[in-house]
Amino acid sequence: MPTRACPAHTYLDANATEPLRPEARAASLAALDLAGNPASVHGFGRAARAMLENARETIAARFGAHPADLVFTSGGTEANALAISGLGAGRRLIASAIEHAAVRAAAPEATILPVDRQGVADLARLAALLAEGKAAFVALMLANNETGVIQPVAEAASLCRRFGAHLHVDAVQAAGRVACDLAALGADSLALSGHKLGGPAGAGALLLTDAAARRLSPLIAGGGQERGRRGGTPPLPAIAGFAAAAAATGRTDLAPLLAPLRNAAEAAAIAAGAIVCGAGAARLPNTTCLALPGVKAETQVIALDLAGIAVSAGAACSSGKIAESHVLAAMGLGELAGQAIRVSLPWNAVEADIAAFARAYRDMATRLGRRAA
Amino acid sequence: MSGGVDSSVVAGLLAEAGHEVVGITLQLYDHGAARGRKGACCAGQDIHDAKRVADHLGITHYVIDAEARFRAAVIEDFAAAYAAGETPVPCVRCNQSVKFGDLLTLARDLGAEALATGHYVRRVEGAAGVELHRAADPERDQSWFLFATTAEQLAFCRFPLGEMASKAVVRAEAARLGLPVAAKPDSQDICFVPDGRYADLVARLRPDADAPGEIVSRDGRVLGRHQGVAQYTVGQAKRLGAAAVDGGERQVVVALDAARRRVVIGPRAGAGVRTVRLREVNWLVSPPSAPIPCAVKLRAREAPQPADMRALPGGGAEVKLAAAALAAPGQACVFYDDGRVLGGGFIVAPQVDGGAAAAVSGADRGGVAQR
Repeated sequence: MPTRACPAHTYLDANATEPLRPEARAASLAALDLAGNPASVHGFGRAARAMLENARETIAARFGAHPADLVFTSGGTEANALAISGLGAGRRLIASAIEHAAVRAAAPEATILPVDRQGVADLARLAALLAEGKAAFVALMLANNETGVIQPVAEAASLCRRFGAHLHVDAVQAAGRVACDLAALGADSLALSGHKLGGPAGAGALLLTDAAARRLSPLIAGGGQERGRRGGTPPLPAIAGFAAAAAATGRTDLAPLLAPLRNAAEAAAIAAGAIVCGAGAARLPNTTCLALPGVKAETQVIALDLAGIAVSAGAACSSGKIAESHVLAAMGLGELAGQAIRVSLPWNAVEADIAAFARAYRDMATRLGRRAA
Repeated sequence: MSGGVDSSVVAGLLAEAGHEVVGITLQLYDHGAARGRKGACCAGQDIHDAKRVADHLGITHYVIDAEARFRAAVIEDFAAAYAAGETPVPCVRCNQSVKFGDLLTLARDLGAEALATGHYVRRVEGAAGVELHRAADPERDQSWFLFATTAEQLAFCRFPLGEMASKAVVRAEAARLGLPVAAKPDSQDICFVPDGRYADLVARLRPDADAPGEIVSRDGRVLGRHQGVAQYTVGQAKRLGAAAVDGGERQVVVALDAARRRVVIGPRAGAGVRTVRLREVNWLVSPPSAPIPCAVKLRAREAPQPADMRALPGGGAEVKLAAAALAAPGQACVFYDDGRVLGGGFIVAPQVDGGAAAAVSGADRGGVAQR
């Protein structure tokens, strides 16, 4: 059988999923060998329960919540859906225009809070919306998955407090990459995903304030696990890996490591004709969104993949088809919205990755940019 | 790679021969919406199948979003043609725009040396350049659908199935390669109208084509009513109601006057024409200014018949048939020299004289063969 077209791959798609951290791998493996169910009375169950509660305490401490107010879920999508269905019912839903599909699909009727050309949510507009009437539920992500643009969540939180609104924060992309603390932000709920931190896929969490935790109604009632807030036997190996990854992100600040590499990749792309989307805003240190005018995003992703560089664009459907980015469209980028790729550096990126990217990007831009001109 | 047997075998044979194969599947329309199933995936089973075949072969595979282009170039053109009283060939439009236009450009952009497809046609390297020929298997030949492929496009294309003796041979190859789609049934109908009810689609996109009107004779006598010109094609005998027989003679549609929403009928005998004008002609030989003899096919499924044809200024052509035949405006007329395709174009509605036009084809609507 022939081999795949790509030689050594350079992985620059961390916002899709981070490579597994060794600490997470070790913790998951240890959990895989544990026979017990945390709900069981016997010794096996107690051991599993101890592991689960240790993980809960680790993650809660890392991201600013009380352990009793952390609900484990299957991932970020479920954490967002649980917040919206369990706390948003009966409230006016407001969601920023750049929320992930996990939020958009769970709140299809939400009033859309626009963003500016840099991709930052319009807080004056939020204040006006909040002043309009009955208690609102606001969804504003901490950092955008496509552009990495960081949102003014703390400011939004004070506005929400003033108007008695609930602020839910999708922190799936921000957690572990920039400061992310429920209490410090002043938000009411916060969604996390284990595999975006370098854990295995399969576990996420919803962090709540004490008051919000008391109001939460479950999405899946099941057997009463998670204090009746989320039924189903918790996936201990995924949760243990999640906690170990969360702890690892607390030990090393990635920004001084990744930002210079990201900036170098960006500079190489700009030299080859790229435009950086959201460049004027505060951004995640690992993410850059690069538009190459006149060249379709999907063509860029394929060309780079064939050259051994893994990046992504827009929101991939389960078929792998690339749809135009609603995030870039909301930023008013027009045609560029269909011509931008996302480069997101993993926690273990090295200079050689950036050199490989720079080379492949330059080749691609020379070949395709000329054709487009 | 459509996810069907043909393109899967092409990918498998090329990979087996040691080529670096990149599989591409075009997402042409929202499959969930076409099936009327809300919430269903836009991709459908065929894209899933294509990915499974690529996985099995160990080749790279991508899904390309061609929905916007397909809608504009194929689906809207399809509805507009019906609204104008024509009988479109959407597969030709798709080949012209999406497959041998955008897909071929993408293949070049990615640095490919060739674009291979699962079409049943033969590409022959002739003395004066690349030639397009009928497939070895006359049952499967798709050359009529590929007449609009330009010489430049042909040069870049490969059609490994053109030499296959029969579909059974292709299926046997699929089985030998262990392809998960080896036993998959052939696709039917127009791909974007999976339930075959194309009239509903046309009515939705072009409500003007769905308006009722009169069924009239060539001399303008009103013989009945119809529920929309989109349900008729030249040569059709169905859906004429009481007008199906006039003066003791079986009637067929001889013209569609979309502007006045009239279906014009006449006796079956004498419904044919001898002269056919074409537009948007693609030449795979130098355009002949004086008439040259050839064989022509006015429909997807019929034997070529003798004719003379010549190029007209402005991208047109004129065909003089040896025997009168039904010619439906909007369908393709393709010129052959034995097995070789010389060119072809789209049939133009004859000039209306008096109350009606005269021109015609055999097929009832919906009998649009594929590719």
